[in-house]
Amino acid sequence: MSSTVLITIISLSLLALISAVILYFIAQKFKIFEDPRIDEVQAVLPAANCGGCGFAGCRNFAEALVKAETFEGLNCPVGGAVTMEQAAKILGKAAPVVEQTVAVLLCNGTPEFRPRTSKYDGVPDCRIAHNLYIGETDCSYGCLSLADCVRACAFDAMYMNSETGLPVIIDDKCVSCGACVKACPRHIIELRKKAKKDRKIYVACSNCDKGGPARRACKVACIACNKCYNVCEFNAITIENNLAYIDAFKCTFCRKCVTECPTNCIIELNFPPRKPKVEAQAETVAT
Amino acid sequence: MKTFPIGGVHPPENKLTAGCVIQQLPVPQSVAIPILQHIGTPATVIVNKGDTVKTGQVIAASKGIVSTNIHSSVSGKVNKIDTIIDTTGYKQTAVFIDVQGDEWVDTIDRSDEILTDIKLSSEEIIKRCLESGIVGLGGATFPSHVKLTVPSGKKCDVLIINGAECEPYLTSDHRIMLERGEQFLIGVTILMKALKVTRSMIGIESNKTDAIEHLTNLATAFQGITVHPLKVKYPQGAEKQLIKALINREVPSGRLPLDVNTVVHNVGTAFAVYEAVQKNKPLFERVVTITGKSLSKPGNYFVRIGTPVSKLIEAAGGLPEDTGKIVSGGPMMGKSLNNTEVPIVKGTSGIILFPESESERMQSESCIRCAKCISACALNLEPYLLMTLSEKGLFERAEKERITDCMECGSCSYICPAQRPLLDYIRLGKSTVIKMARERVVKK
Repeated sequence: MSSTVLITIISLSLLALISAVILYFIAQKFKIFEDPRIDEVQAVLPAANCGGCGFAGCRNFAEALVKAETFEGLNCPVGGAVTMEQAAKILGKAAPVVEQTVAVLLCNGTPEFRPRTSKYDGVPDCRIAHNLYIGETDCSYGCLSLADCVRACAFDAMYMNSETGLPVIIDDKCVSCGACVKACPRHIIELRKKAKKDRKIYVACSNCDKGGPARRACKVACIACNKCYNVCEFNAITIENNLAYIDAFKCTFCRKCVTECPTNCIIELNFPPRKPKVEAQAETVAT
Repeated sequence: MKTFPIGGVHPPENKLTAGCVIQQLPVPQSVAIPILQHIGTPATVIVNKGDTVKTGQVIAASKGIVSTNIHSSVSGKVNKIDTIIDTTGYKQTAVFIDVQGDEWVDTIDRSDEILTDIKLSSEEIIKRCLESGIVGLGGATFPSHVKLTVPSGKKCDVLIINGAECEPYLTSDHRIMLERGEQFLIGVTILMKALKVTRSMIGIESNKTDAIEHLTNLATAFQGITVHPLKVKYPQGAEKQLIKALINREVPSGRLPLDVNTVVHNVGTAFAVYEAVQKNKPLFERVVTITGKSLSKPGNYFVRIGTPVSKLIEAAGGLPEDTGKIVSGGPMMGKSLNNTEVPIVKGTSGIILFPESESERMQSESCIRCAKCISACALNLEPYLLMTLSEKGLFERAEKERITDCMECGSCSYICPAQRPLLDYIRLGKSTVIKMARERVVKK
């Protein structure tokens, strides 16, 4: 009886020992060296896995950061400068200053300005509607109001305004990951430079039709009249394909183009109310 | 009775206008003629604002190989060249003409005499088709001269004429076969001459017994033309299905009928070819069925290209109050119109007015895995899978599942008991996959 127990213990121990030795050598043979800094870098990343950096997830981005010689072209839009500095500290590199951006909708086609001329009762999916026809309005460039962008947003930074039928971007929540830009089949969401106090001046229109058809489809369409281009002193405005575009890096927020635009398609946001005109003041002084 | 072996559905036929004689729709006060009425490159406008044009005059010239001429359908003054929403639901350039009288180009033979003698040679016929702007009038609008040109290395031994008219409601081809039977058969003979074939088969669904009888009698006078009744099953008029039914040849995935030595043309096209070749009359009018259950006077009309749909509705007794949707083409493959000012184009085989009760979409439910869509698919695809793949954005996998083979006949959406928007998503997937494939070619 006791010998059976003894034999069992000895044979099992022997087996365990042999396996351990084999496993040890195998482990040595197939060992993969993983940079411990990858884990460290990953820990400071936001773990949103949104893909805003261009990589599949935060782990891949951490690997890319560790491998990269410089941080040129690498940026985590979610974590921003703070995260990038932390990562740079771990890796002993310098984090380049990257301008913060925010998503902006280049369409202001509310039902008031852009009347609905047909009714779409198909699948509520922008891609399908875009594939099918020009949409419920006569503008074939503007927002389809079927909320693909809102569904794409992983940060809860967008919602549909039921009155205007347009998506609203909450600047404080937007991390400019670009998911909505990719989701929009009409390509009317742009990542623009974030300015002080969230101030914005942009052409809220994407219509590339000529003036006449554009205006007929929507009252606040850009008709490429060149007025803004002529008034801009900083060469910030370009007009291409019957559509004006304001370069956010060149724009100095002088707001001259806003008053000049005959269709009010240039929008100013988060500015203090305008002062009454200087000429008017001078007149009052004179009297 | 002959038919294709896989899939198919049988929607209610509703051929309300089968007994209505084709009437001439009065020339409207103004027309808008789009420059892209065919598959391929848009034609180039060659008239200017203020020009006077005659009926049958070329106003936009063919550009490139797969393109064709566009003719003025009226005589009058060019008012403007502007954009218009056409039957596809997109904007495109159109020539707007204000009508003054109805003066035709001198070369057009306006007599009623039926000309049997074919004087032109094969090459001349193909050239005439291009000059006259002939396209496939079944709805796909592929330029006919391209289809008639057999590339070297390929051969064609039989011409198939599609008289199935499998879409419910539509009766334009049916009426042409009945009322213009002889001209139509001469048209078929012309097509045979152009293709240099000696045999032609006309496939007609058996719900058109009068047309089958009429044409069988007439065909005895024509050499090589035979008439074949087909089982009533949708999509019997689809090219690949018709070839399988009539000559039992299978067109491989991604290939053309010419790969199995045949060419398919539509009844309307054959008639248009007769008019172009024998009468020198370009394609500027076509037979359009205007129908709908609430319409007071549905019928078949010869309509000038560019006529607004509203004029046609007016002729048919006015817009019924309960109209929910106006569809251009058949109910299965047609497209809803944005408004009634949309012009009739070469591809418009019918205008159907659906009452609100019939046009509303039903609530879509979850897939119950009944596989009815698979049994209905005439191309052996798995619609439920293709839809899910497109919905989830898995386009590479959709490509492997042959999504580009889909002809968008709509049988799957029709048969689905859960009202799933199968075709909506498959169309999205198909167009995305085609775009991807094109980008791959460009990269290479």
